[in-house]
Amino acid sequence: MKTNHLSLTFSSKPENVLVARMLASSVGAQLDLPMNDLEELKVAISEAVSNAIIHAYSNTPDHTVAMDIHILNDVISVRVSDTGCGIEDIPQAMQASFSTDPERMGLGFVFMKSFMDTLDVTSEPGKGTTVLMTKNFQSNPRTSH
Amino acid sequence: MQKHISHQTLTLYLSGDLDMSNAEELRSLIDRDIDRKRIRHVILDLSAVTFIDSSALGVILGRYKKLLALDGKIQIANAPSHIYRILSVSGLPRIIEFISDGSDGKEIS
Repeated sequence: MKTNHLSLTFSSKPENVLVARMLASSVGAQLDLPMNDLEELKVAISEAVSNAIIHAYSNTPDHTVAMDIHILNDVISVRVSDTGCGIEDIPQAMQASFSTDPERMGLGFVFMKSFMDTLDVTSEPGKGTTVLMTKNFQSNPRTSH
Repeated sequence: MQKHISHQTLTLYLSGDLDMSNAEELRSLIDRDIDRKRIRHVILDLSAVTFIDSSALGVILGRYKKLLALDGKIQIANAPSHIYRILSVSGLPRIIEFISDGSDGKEIS
């Protein structure tokens, strides 16, 4: 059985989104993920962390984002948590709206949903948000190294 | 980031990771040239881009809308295949033209 667990906490600074992606890259390399799978994992993580920094903490750098990655055989679970403003209406926040400002149209959740098998968002206004995403990489054909 | 301006056309040669850490810089750089230099045609060359997420995508879509209102257009050039895959999930290729100058091995379109 292949298991691993990594935890990372970091300041809510834009440059730390890259650090979160670098951790994803290292994990992907350990699992020998094909390039396309690794890219999609990196995008999903980048979106979750960016949401925490931009929306939960309104781009202020003195807060903390926590990321946990669990690996069990071919399944990767990623949990990204913040203690920011929370989301009032989760279904609405997850709805991409092309009619609103394109710079804030909710594509982050679209990417997370598209690139992972499961996406679960729990949030409490004023307390924070946790995003849990999982993906079984064995179910994907590994043809694109 | 290199840029080239000719005949109201701005070509930006982007490189590295495009995410929330540099999306705002990209947005203001393009908007400045649209507003001050009357640029109406923007070409984003993505051949050296290693990563892209929705922050940069939002900037591209925002410039698409802005240029459309000014009777201009935006095109994406030489997107590597893994970048194109990410962008296609959002439906971007349905509204923005992707072009290639042949430098990435694809045919000129």
